[in-house]
Amino acid sequence: MLIVRKFLRDVAAVLGFVIICVVIGIAIFGPFLLPHPDLVFDSDILRRFEPPSAEFWFGTDNLGRDIFSRVIIGTRGALMVALTVVAIAIAIGVPLGIYAGYTTGWPAEVIMRVTDVFLAVPQLILALAIAQLAGRGLGSAMAALALTYWPFFCRTVYAETRRLRHTVFIEALQGLGASKTRILFVHVLPNVASPIIVRATVGMGFTILTTALLGFLGVGATPPNPDWGLAIAESREYLPDVWWAATFPGLAILITVLGFNLFGDGLRDLIDPKLRRSRS
Amino acid sequence: MSGTDTALLEIRDLSVAVGTDEGTASILDGVNLRLTPGSIHGVVGESGCGKSTLIKAILGLLPARGRATEGSITLQGRALLAAGQKSAAQSARGRDIGFIPQDPLLALNPVFRVGDQLREAMWQYGMSADDPQRNQPRAVRRRVYDQRLVELLRAVQLPDPEQALQRYPHQFSGGQRQRLLIAAALACGPQIVLADEPTTALDVTTQLQILKLLRQLARERGLSMLFVTHDFGVVAQLCDTVTVMYAGQTIESGPVAATMSNPRHPYTRMLLACHPERSQELKGIPGAVPSPLRAPSGCRFHPRCPEMVADCQRARPEAVSGAARMVACVHCHEVAA
Amino acid sequence: MTRFLLRRLLLALPALLGLLVLTFVLLRVVPSDPSTALAGENATPEQIAAIRKAYGFDQPLWRQFVVYVGQVLTGDFGNSIFTEQPVLGDITRRLPATVELVLAALLFATGVGIPLGVLAAVYYNSSFDHAVRIVTVGGLAIAPFWFAIILQLVFAMDLDWLPLRGRIPVGMPPPPTVTGLYLIDSLVAGRFDLLTTAARHMLLPAFTLSLGSLASITRFTRAGMLETLQKDFVAYEKAAGYPERRVIWVYVLRNSLVATTTQIGLLFGALIAGAVAVETIYDWPGIGSYAVQAILTSDYKAILAVTLVVGVIYAAVNIAVDIVHALLDPRVAEQL
Repeated sequence: MLIVRKFLRDVAAVLGFVIICVVIGIAIFGPFLLPHPDLVFDSDILRRFEPPSAEFWFGTDNLGRDIFSRVIIGTRGALMVALTVVAIAIAIGVPLGIYAGYTTGWPAEVIMRVTDVFLAVPQLILALAIAQLAGRGLGSAMAALALTYWPFFCRTVYAETRRLRHTVFIEALQGLGASKTRILFVHVLPNVASPIIVRATVGMGFTILTTALLGFLGVGATPPNPDWGLAIAESREYLPDVWWAATFPGLAILITVLGFNLFGDGLRDLIDPKLRRSRS
Repeated sequence: MSGTDTALLEIRDLSVAVGTDEGTASILDGVNLRLTPGSIHGVVGESGCGKSTLIKAILGLLPARGRATEGSITLQGRALLAAGQKSAAQSARGRDIGFIPQDPLLALNPVFRVGDQLREAMWQYGMSADDPQRNQPRAVRRRVYDQRLVELLRAVQLPDPEQALQRYPHQFSGGQRQRLLIAAALACGPQIVLADEPTTALDVTTQLQILKLLRQLARERGLSMLFVTHDFGVVAQLCDTVTVMYAGQTIESGPVAATMSNPRHPYTRMLLACHPERSQELKGIPGAVPSPLRAPSGCRFHPRCPEMVADCQRARPEAVSGAARMVACVHCHEVAA
Repeated sequence: MTRFLLRRLLLALPALLGLLVLTFVLLRVVPSDPSTALAGENATPEQIAAIRKAYGFDQPLWRQFVVYVGQVLTGDFGNSIFTEQPVLGDITRRLPATVELVLAALLFATGVGIPLGVLAAVYYNSSFDHAVRIVTVGGLAIAPFWFAIILQLVFAMDLDWLPLRGRIPVGMPPPPTVTGLYLIDSLVAGRFDLLTTAARHMLLPAFTLSLGSLASITRFTRAGMLETLQKDFVAYEKAAGYPERRVIWVYVLRNSLVATTTQIGLLFGALIAGAVAVETIYDWPGIGSYAVQAILTSDYKAILAVTLVVGVIYAAVNIAVDIVHALLDPRVAEQL
């Protein structure tokens, strides 16, 4: 497995992979590892604002809840939201991109014009507006993010399919009389898979960041959800004394996103080795 | 060998090794070469024989993982290649040694005006070793340099030399760009010009014009030229003397006429036989140039040589020198001029 | 150049029309009943009906769209519910603050990012290169809103070196308006005291905002440099005796900047997203915080106007990027 060996040589990418594995592990097994399972949602006013200690590693928040336990539980939510958003965006963007890239005619034209218009507005403003107008809550936030994120996949896949369409092997298949659906799904899709995977990996990190921002601004998760962004927002008014309440959820975001970005970066290098060529 | 004092550029026993992921590659192995004033010397060999590494070594531009393990390069008595003397070769580039690259279409920077590029080396070195303009203000220098460049562009027969400096590379044809590059090589008034297969990328008629131009310029200006090529035909048209290289070794050298009419090394003979105008039946050379990672022992040509004997594998054949010729082959015990 | 500009503007028109349709569809059609959202949670049915009529939601959709386009073209975006001022006035008043912030961030990001990218490429695969890579990937992984809070925590609250929020202290009169950018206006007015104050207020927000762009610009410059360094003309330039520094910092860099400028154009979306977070946290009175305020209060007309204005700026940025391309590469200029 040359590709695995090559990947293992990339220390940063391996680090990213390890982080992702740990984060997924925490998301799955986290609920069983909590030091204070009772202090995730239930408050304990007597213990509010306790600084980080042996008992409360990350300290407690304004309601006396254990921040470490909440960060752990929040991992699951963050991953689930990001995964759902990216999956929906792929489900919309990839078929449209392949179709528009492979065919000519007005439907393809319309798809790409719509994509361009979406890409001409900063995603965040649109997502914020939709999330608010569709009624606040995690569901609307996820729908808003997916609805504004698919054009990025559509663009990538469109460009890649366009490039493939004129390659010799697709033209040969057409010459052999292979059906359009067969060419699209059996031959084109696997070839555009690698840029999709790279974009999806980096997109996971990006979506976690955006979801946190939505939660922070108050149009994402609603209390008492242990969402990282929401936790940072709730802790703001107690700064600077309760520094730990804002610091640790943010670090959780940083490390998780870093994992996805490093891994995505390594994947890109594997798939597109152009920039890895050693200079002589 | 006689007349060491008259050599402008002398390369002695130069060996170059380059580290790769698969081990150390011996690209050059004991290369000897002399360039005398006012002569055009051809270096000929198949691709992969180390010609371009030789040029890089002279210019002090060996790849990051490459180094000269042995030997010396001397330019007018100055050592270009000595430990820790990167600057010697660096200051020779452009000033003492003009360089003409292989592919004129790729050698010019697409986003800069031709004038900006041609002036660049002159800002550094002036128009000659003792340039009186060096201390003038920039605007004055620029005017003088532009005049000089226009003269050079006229000398290389470029149409519209006055306008050329204001234009971009993509506005010229391949042959015109090679003329620009020839002018660039002469800008600082070097005594030596290194030409790296400067006609390979051009079409046949343009090739002939460029060769004629090079010969004329060299004669008029008393230049010495090291002309690297894989084509004996070009050597015959242009050069006075020639060195034949195989797999990083110099195997034969001498005056062009004598070497071509009476080649002594089997490889030289076979290389000459590859030329349709020189032999009745077209012959190739069986096999391929060995990888520098796994260079054959002894004479590196022995696996492909029809005259191979046991001794060939054992040790590198002693170079036999006579008047102006040199051959390194076990079958050859003496050479006459 | 004029002809190019005209053609580029014409090309931008369909995109802007698309933008109108998109905003209309998303904001007027997607929410099941915008009047309910507008009226708030405790509205009586009569109040909702009144709003429906006032906003024209009882009209057929196509008619609403025509009215909407007409309003936009005449610059009539209506009044903000929240500030009770004309929306367009609000936006033009707040735009300079965002422009100043974004420009400062972009200036810092390019000024530092391009040299970092060049050095990382020149010392490819060295420990410096690896360090730059980890820092840039990290820069893209930091949530700007969290980073802003941490910077406030350390430099404003704890160390007390820099102001916590705002463009200038509350109650201090801003410099007389020339450009709307406080740094430039206070220079024009010769008010160096104001200049320092404004600069100190700007430091944390601009740095926070620049982080993501800095990372992107560094990475793209590095990638562009690595690609250009492989080109034949680089080998030629060295062989022809160009000074090595000039080869790297002039001849190679200019070729690589073509890719970097494209990236700077694409960064705009990220910068606006960053500005939304950064302005909210630092109380920066720009259109980012205005957008958040409008969205959180369902200030419908303000949301539409902000989205449109940002879309128009985005189109303008793309045209500017094309112009810079043409300036960098004569072959592009000829195709214009």
